[in-house]
Amino acid sequence: MNPVNYLYLAALLFTIGATGVLIRRNAIVVFMCIELMLNACNLAFVVFSRMHGNLDGQIIAFFTMVVAAAEVVVGLAIIVSLFRSRHSASVDDASLMKL
Amino acid sequence: MENLIALLIAAPLLGAAVLLVGGRRLDAVGHWIGTLLSTASFVIGAVLFVGLLGRSADDRTLIQHLYTWIPVESFQADVTFRLDQLSMTFVLLITGVGSLIHLYSVGYMEHDERRRRFFGYLNLFLAAMLLLVLADNYLLLYVGWEGVGLASYLLIGFWQHKPSAATAAKKAFLVNRVGDMGLSIAIMLMFTTFGSFAFGPVFGHVGGTSEGRLTAIGLMLLLAACGKSAQVPLQSWLGDAMEGPTPVSALIHAATMVTAGVYLIVRSSAIFNAAPDAQLVVTVVGGVTLLFGAIVGCAKDDIKKALAGSTMSQIGYMVLAAGLGPIGYVFAIMHLVTHGFFKAGLFLGAGSVMHGMNDEVDMRRYGGLRKYMPITFITFGLGYLAIIGFPGLSGFFSKDKIIEAAFAKGGTEGWILGGAALVGAALTAFYMTRVMLMTFFGEERWRTGSGAAADGHDGHGEPHPHESPGIMTIPMMVLAVGSVFAGFFFNLGDRFLHWLEPVTGHSEGHSPVSALTVTGATMVCLVVGVAVAWAQYGRKPVPAAAPRGSLLTRAARRDLLQDDFNHVVLVRGGEHLTRSLVYVDHTLVDGVVNGTAASFGGLSGRLRRLQNGFARSYAVSMFGGAALLVAATLLMRAV
Amino acid sequence: MSFPLLTATAALPAVGAVATAAVPAARRTAAKWLALLVSLGTLALAAVVLVRFDPGGARYQLTESHAWIAAFGVRYELGVDGIAVALVALTALLIPFIVLAGWHDADPLETGSRRWRPTQGFFALILAVEAMVIVSFEATDVFLFYIFFEAMLIPMYFLIGGFGDRAHEHGEEAASTQRSYAAVKFLLYNLVGGLIMLAAVIGLYVVAGNFSLTEIVQARANGTLHMATSTERWLFLGFFFAFAVKAPLWPLHTWLPNAMGEATAPVAVLITAVVDKVGTFAMLRFCLQLFPDASKWATPVILVLALISIVYGALLAVGQRDIKRLVAYASISHFGFIVLGIFAMTSQGQSGATLYMVNHGISTAALMLVAGFLISRRGSRLIADYGGVQKVAPVLAGTFLIGGLATLSLPGLAPFVSEFLVLVGTFTRYPAAGVVATLGIVLAALYTLVLYQRTMTGPVRPEVSAMPDLRARELLVVAPLVVLLIFLGVYPKPVTDIVNPAVRQTMSDTHQTDPKPEVEAAK
Repeated sequence: MNPVNYLYLAALLFTIGATGVLIRRNAIVVFMCIELMLNACNLAFVVFSRMHGNLDGQIIAFFTMVVAAAEVVVGLAIIVSLFRSRHSASVDDASLMKL
Repeated sequence: MENLIALLIAAPLLGAAVLLVGGRRLDAVGHWIGTLLSTASFVIGAVLFVGLLGRSADDRTLIQHLYTWIPVESFQADVTFRLDQLSMTFVLLITGVGSLIHLYSVGYMEHDERRRRFFGYLNLFLAAMLLLVLADNYLLLYVGWEGVGLASYLLIGFWQHKPSAATAAKKAFLVNRVGDMGLSIAIMLMFTTFGSFAFGPVFGHVGGTSEGRLTAIGLMLLLAACGKSAQVPLQSWLGDAMEGPTPVSALIHAATMVTAGVYLIVRSSAIFNAAPDAQLVVTVVGGVTLLFGAIVGCAKDDIKKALAGSTMSQIGYMVLAAGLGPIGYVFAIMHLVTHGFFKAGLFLGAGSVMHGMNDEVDMRRYGGLRKYMPITFITFGLGYLAIIGFPGLSGFFSKDKIIEAAFAKGGTEGWILGGAALVGAALTAFYMTRVMLMTFFGEERWRTGSGAAADGHDGHGEPHPHESPGIMTIPMMVLAVGSVFAGFFFNLGDRFLHWLEPVTGHSEGHSPVSALTVTGATMVCLVVGVAVAWAQYGRKPVPAAAPRGSLLTRAARRDLLQDDFNHVVLVRGGEHLTRSLVYVDHTLVDGVVNGTAASFGGLSGRLRRLQNGFARSYAVSMFGGAALLVAATLLMRAV
Repeated sequence: MSFPLLTATAALPAVGAVATAAVPAARRTAAKWLALLVSLGTLALAAVVLVRFDPGGARYQLTESHAWIAAFGVRYELGVDGIAVALVALTALLIPFIVLAGWHDADPLETGSRRWRPTQGFFALILAVEAMVIVSFEATDVFLFYIFFEAMLIPMYFLIGGFGDRAHEHGEEAASTQRSYAAVKFLLYNLVGGLIMLAAVIGLYVVAGNFSLTEIVQARANGTLHMATSTERWLFLGFFFAFAVKAPLWPLHTWLPNAMGEATAPVAVLITAVVDKVGTFAMLRFCLQLFPDASKWATPVILVLALISIVYGALLAVGQRDIKRLVAYASISHFGFIVLGIFAMTSQGQSGATLYMVNHGISTAALMLVAGFLISRRGSRLIADYGGVQKVAPVLAGTFLIGGLATLSLPGLAPFVSEFLVLVGTFTRYPAAGVVATLGIVLAALYTLVLYQRTMTGPVRPEVSAMPDLRARELLVVAPLVVLLIFLGVYPKPVTDIVNPAVRQTMSDTHQTDPKPEVEAAK
C-alpha cells in the first residue's frame, strides 16, 4: 500500500483535531482533540520514517508520546481543579488572565 | 598714600557687615557705629585730598592695585582703584554729605525699631558708591553701579510692610537693570574693540578705532546713565523712590547715586569726545529731561515728589552739560557738587517738615510753617535761593555756566539747547517758589477742617508742628552753608576748573551771545518764574483740595503719562505675554510630548483588545499564523 | 600602585548608601548621622583631590585604568581635568547641605512600623546619586560614563516619586498622583535621551573600535581615526540629545518644573544643582572633544536654542504661581546661559560656563533650600499664600533675598562673574546673541524681585504671623552657602585658575581661538 495514503490519513486526523480545538468549548473535548493532533503528527513521523528508511521519525514519535503523557497529567489536573473552582469545564469561562 | 584708598571703601563696608550680621545685640549702638565709620571714611578722604593738593596738577592720579579679580585668558579684570581729581571730588561729596545724613538719620529714625538695619544699608550704599567712583575699570565700576542699585532697592523698600514702598523699590531696581544692560553691553563692546575695559587702555586706544564703534559704546553708556540718573526715557522710578525714608531721598536720590550717570559720562569723556553723534544724543536727553522734570515738579502736591521732579530736572542740566564735551564737563561736575549741597539740604528740610507734621507730605495741608520751624525755614530757604539761581549763591554760578556753555555749543543746536536751559531756569524758579510758598507761607491749612487733616499717614489726628531736634538741624545748617558759599568758592579764580581740568580737559566755547546777556536772560527767567508762582500761590489762598487743572497739569501730575504708557505697554503686555507663554508651555511644548505618549498609549490600548483571554481565539491566531508561515514557505519555494 | 583616590571619592558614598539603607528601622537618627558623616567624608576626599590636582600639570590627572569588559574594549578609566575637579568638588560640597536640609523630610508619618524605613531609604538614595554623579564626572571611558549617566536615573526616580512635601494644597492623594506623574515624566524623558545616546555610543564603538575618550581624541587629532562628516554629525546629535534633555534645553525642558515642583526642596536642589550639571559637563567633555567639527556645524542651532531657553525660561518664571516651579524655570534660563557659554567657543565662554555650573549650583541651593524651609513652615508652595514674612522672620527673608540676588547675578556675588564671562565670551564671537542674552539679566531681576516682594514684603498675612525664623540647623545650611557666594564673587581666582588650563585644552582640541580685539586686529 502506498505510504502516502497514511499521510492523507494523518492530515485528516490533524484537521479534525484542529477543528475540534477551535470550535468546542468543553475543556475535555479540546484536550482530546489536542491528543488527536499529536497522534496525527506521530503517524506522520512514523510514515516518514518508513519512507526514508531510517529510525529518526520513530524515535521522535516516542518522544512525542512521552511528552503527550506528561501533558495529559498536567492538563487533566488543571482541568479538574478548574472544574472544582468554577463548576464548569468550559474554556471560555477561564478568561481571567486577560488585562 | 595709595594704600589709603581701599580703606575709604573698607570702612563703610565693615560697618554694613557688622550692622547687618551683628543682630539685635547692636540695636542700641548700631547707628553710632554707622555714623562713626562713615565719618572715618570722610576723614580718610580729607587726608587724601590734602595729599593730592600737595602734588603738582599733573601728578594727582593715585592707583592702588589690590588683586586680580577675574583672569580668563585675555579677559583680565583687576580690583584696582584710581583716585584722581574727579573721583576725589566725588569721594568728598559722598562721604561728606553721607556723614551729615547719617547724623541726621540718628534723629530722624529714632523711633524706628529697625534703625540698626537702616544704618547698615546706608553704610552699604556708601561703600558701593565709593567703589563706583574709585574703580579703575568699567567692570569694577559695574559692581559699584549695581551695588548702589541694591542699596537703593533696600532703602526705598525699607518700610517693606507698605506695599507701595515694596513696589517702588522693585520698580527702581528693574528700571535700573534696563540701564545696567546698557553698561554691560558697553563693557562687552569695549572688550571686543580694545581687548580691555580698564580706563587706561580704553582711553588710550580711542584713536585707533572706528567712530561707529565709539558711538555704539557711547550710546550704551548713555543708556546706563539714563537708568541710574533718572533721565528720559528711564526716569519713571525716581518719583516712586520717594517712598523711602527722607534721608535716603536726600542722600541717594538727590545728592549722590542719581548723579552717577553724570560721573559715568564725564569719566568716559575720551569716548564721547570722539563720538559726536553720541554726544548729541546726550545733550538731547539732558535737554528733554530738564524740561520734563521741571514740568512734573510744577504739578506735584507731594513735597518729596516735587523735589524729585526738580532733581530729575537738575540732573538733566548736568547731563546736558556733559554732552557738550570739553566746554561742559567741568560745569556738569560743578553743578553736581553744588546740587549735592542744596538738594540734600532741601530734602532734609522736607524731612524735618514731615517729622513735625506726622509724616504728612501733601503741601496743600502745610502752610504758614515758618513760625513753627524757624531753622528748617531758614535752611530750606537758603537751599531754595541756591537752586533757583539767586545771584551770589551756589546754583547761580553753576547753572549760569551751563546755560552759557549750551549757547556756546554753536549753531541751531546751541540755540535750542540754550533756550531749553533758560526755560528750565524759569520753571525751576516757578516750582521751587511754589513749594516754598505752599509750605512755609500762607494760612495754616493743617488746622482747617477736621476730616481733611485727620487722615494723616499715621492717623495721629491734627499735627502739632515743631522744630526738629539739634541732631537733625545741624546737618541742615551745614548743608545750607554749602549751598550758599560753594559756588562762590569754586569760582574764585576758577579754582574748580583748574582742579578738574587735568582729568576732563576743558576748552572755552565761542558763544554767539555774551556771558552778560546770558546772565541777564537767566535773571529775567528767574524773576518771571517767581512772579508767576507768587501770583498763583502767594497772593491768593491755596485750596486744600487740588483743582482739576489744565490738561497739562493733569498729565504732569501723572508724570506726563509715561507711567501709564509703561503700565499699558510693558506691564500689561508683559503679563499677557508671560501668561500666554505659560499656557503655550503647558499645552504645546509639553503637549507635543504628552501627545506622543498618549498616541502610543492609545495604540497599545487597541492592541490590548486582542488579548481577550479566550483560549480558543488565541488558538485561531496560532493556526492563522502557522498557516501563513506554511503558505509563505510554499510561495518562496514556488518562486 | 598609588591609592585610587578617584575611586575612593565615589566608593565612599556608594558604601555609605548601602550602610545607611541597612540601618534598622528604629534607628532613624543614626541613619541620618551616618549619611551626614559619609557625605562629609566624601567632601574631605574631594578636598584632597582638589589639593592633589595640579592645574599646570597633565591634562587628566589622578588617572586609574583597569580592564573591565575586554571583549568590547570597555575599560574602567577615571581621570579628572580642571573642569571635572571643579564639579566633583561642587557635588561633594552640596551633598552635606542637602542631607542637612532634608533632615526631617523623610521622617515616617506614623512611628511604630518596623518594616518601612523611608528615612534610611531617602538618605541612602541621596548618597547613591552622589556616587553615580561623581563617577560620571570622573569617567574618561565613554561606556563607563554612559552606564552611570543612566544609572543615576533610578535613585532619582525614587527620590522624586517617593518623597514630597508634607502638605499639599489639593490633599495627600492628589499630591501623590502628581508626584508619580513627575517621577515618570523625569524617567521617560531621560530614558529616551539615554536610549538615543546608547545608539550613538555603539555607533562610536563601531567607528572607533574602543571607548576611551583620550585615545579617540588623540586618534582623531593625529589623523589615524577618520570619521565621515555625516557619521560624526549623527553621533554628535545622539550624544547631544541626551545631554540636552538632562541639562535641560528648550524644548526638552518640561520635565524639570514638574520634577522640581513635586520633589522636596533638597531633592530639587539635587536635581538642578548636581544631576543636571552632568548634562552640561558632558557637552563640554564629550560633544566638543569627540566631535569638534560637528559641534561647530551645530553651533548656530544650539545657540538659538540656548537663547530661547534663556528668555523663555525667564518669562515663564515670571508667570509662575508656585515658588518651586519658579525656581525651576529660572534654572532653565540659567542652563541656557551655560549652553550658550559652551558653544560660544571662546575661552571666556567656556570658563564662564564651567564657573556658571559651580555658581549656579551654590546659588540655586541657597535659594531653593530657603524656599524649602519657608514652604515647610506654611505648608504651601503658592506664592499667593505668603506675604510680609520679613516682618516675622527677618533672617529667613534676608537669606532668601541673598539667594535671589545671586540668582539675578548681582555683582559681588559669585554668579555675576560667571554670567558676565559667558556674556562676554558670546559677545566677542556672536554680538547679537550676546545682546539677546543680556535681556535675561533684566528678566532675572523681574522674577526674583516679584517673588521676593509677593512673599516677603507687604502686610503680614495672618497665616504666617506665627512663623518661626530660621532654626540653628537651617542657619547652618544657609550661612556657609551665603559665605561661599560672596567669597567666590569677590575672589573667583582659585576656581578660574583650575578651570582655565582645561578650557585652553578643550579650545585647542576643537581647533578654536579667541577672536582678536578690533584694535589689535587692525595693527
